[in-house]
Amino acid sequence: MLQSFKLAIKSIWSNKMRSFLTMLGIIIGVASVIILVSLVNAYMSYMTESFSSLGTNQITVNMVNLPSRSVSVDEMYRFYEEHTEEFSHMTPVVSVSGTVKNGNDSMSATSINGVSEDYLGLKDWELQYGRTIQYADIMARQKVCVIGAYVANELYGSAEKAYDETIKVNGYAFKVVGVAEQQEDAMEDGGSDDFLWMPYSCAVKMARNANINNYTFAISDLSHATEYKTLIEDFLYEKFKNEDLYTVTAMSEMLDSLNSMIAMVSAGLGGIAGISLLVAGVGVMNIMLVSVTERTREIGIRKALGAKRSVIMQQFVIEAAVTSSIGGVIGILLGSLTTSAVGAVAGLNATPTPAAVIVSFSVSVGIGLLFGYMPASRAAKLNPIDALRSE
Amino acid sequence: MAEPLIELKDIYKIYQMGTEEVRANDGITLTIDRGEFVAIVGKSGSGKSTLMNIIGALDVPTSGSYLLGGEDVDQMSDDQLAEIRNRMIGFIFQQYNLLPKSNLLENVELPLLYAKLPKEERQERAMQSLERVGLAEKWKNHPGQLSGGQQQRVSIARALAGNPSLILADEPTGALDSKTSRDVLDFLKELNNEGNTIVMITHDSSVAKEARRVVRIHDGKINFNGDVNDYAAIIQAGN
Repeated sequence: MLQSFKLAIKSIWSNKMRSFLTMLGIIIGVASVIILVSLVNAYMSYMTESFSSLGTNQITVNMVNLPSRSVSVDEMYRFYEEHTEEFSHMTPVVSVSGTVKNGNDSMSATSINGVSEDYLGLKDWELQYGRTIQYADIMARQKVCVIGAYVANELYGSAEKAYDETIKVNGYAFKVVGVAEQQEDAMEDGGSDDFLWMPYSCAVKMARNANINNYTFAISDLSHATEYKTLIEDFLYEKFKNEDLYTVTAMSEMLDSLNSMIAMVSAGLGGIAGISLLVAGVGVMNIMLVSVTERTREIGIRKALGAKRSVIMQQFVIEAAVTSSIGGVIGILLGSLTTSAVGAVAGLNATPTPAAVIVSFSVSVGIGLLFGYMPASRAAKLNPIDALRSE
Repeated sequence: MAEPLIELKDIYKIYQMGTEEVRANDGITLTIDRGEFVAIVGKSGSGKSTLMNIIGALDVPTSGSYLLGGEDVDQMSDDQLAEIRNRMIGFIFQQYNLLPKSNLLENVELPLLYAKLPKEERQERAMQSLERVGLAEKWKNHPGQLSGGQQQRVSIARALAGNPSLILADEPTGALDSKTSRDVLDFLKELNNEGNTIVMITHDSSVAKEARRVVRIHDGKINFNGDVNDYAAIIQAGN
């Protein structure tokens, strides 16, 4: 056995070019499996993460309020209060388009939303300074706001300095009563830290829209997301009598469909890479057949001197397996390096998936054994007389 | 007391060439005792190579019985044949048939490797064998670095390494010049004098004359089987 390994390595070494070309197929196959699967996985976890940061426990409601059929804030609150077991938080969301300003510094990508006192809890965020919007602010339409860490940094230099200052939203002066904790490592325009919350009552007034069209619910139990979504839909249908007038979106459902989509893409790409591995296997078989033909005389000598079929068989199968394993290892290294490099360039946290490494390596060894078997058994069955006669 | 090593009885080897039947060996009966030096001589196509393949356990006869050292070879499987070749026969080929990518020691070791001897013993015996043919100091060389005569000596060393009952030489001088041929034949004689049984296949009557007994094959049949001096006499007579 050990002898066969030595022989195999010797034979591979003495035919460097040919062995390398054989391996090349395996190398490319294994590397592409690892690269594709790992990158797709990295992309998937990136997507999942960004979706999660949007809140997988949230259900958003958008509706078109007609003069004839509408749902008021009070009606929504009544519905929410009847279902406090299912929903942990609820808030109207009134988005205001515009800019925020401190003196001459202004920011235009900031997302400005009118929300309820529940919003901080719904987001499950913390404040680093001050307080959040309170029920009293909403009732009194107080011009107060909570800003994101990015806004505080950009307009005031720090959260501490921003606190209790005045900020202008589309020309209206608001008092900064709270600054939220930083959410992202790298804050940027339009990011999770670039926001301003005000009482929704103020936002309604600023938006000059009597009706509130958007609400966000937080559900208490993620596993019942679909069920709770239906609950909201049923309530809205009762009011609107028309499914086209509202949409209810559960983030978790989007995440599910995203995941299944990515899994499908991943499987598809993996499959294509797998085919290249198969082609590589045929390459191994081809080269091994050439090798057997080339070494017919050697096989004849060995058989004449007493090598049994199994010994010859073993020699060639091991040679094929060793060739493809070496190719597999090189492929894994190449694939891992490329994955990390591409990941670094694309800003993804891409590491080669252990599963992809294990699967592609065992597949490449398996291919070596499988496709090495046929040439090997052909070698083993050679008639020593014919084999010795060949040149 | 002569003890038979090779007992061939009514050996037929029949090949089907299309619709035609070729009787390469057409009823050969032959006994070779231990310690003999027999030359099997015949023209090309006479069936001597077929006979050598059967004696060498490289092939089995279509019919007939073959006992090698008392073992029934004629019905053996591929692997059993490999095993008996390894144990009983040392081959010397016309083309030497050394492995070009292995050194001399590895080449000589080969039959011992298949006999599953432990590494130390293998190397020791292979070295002894190489010493025997005067090439021990070249053990690291590869066959390609040697002359034809030297390569043939390596193949003799390989044949001897397994300490076989029979040394089977197939045209051992066929690829050598007359001087090295002389050396090889003298060496074979020496081995025979030490008690080794040697069967040599050749087409060359002058080479055959070096043996003690000559068996001549013609059209798949034995048409002469006797002492080398009698053979020399009939050759002299132009027959």
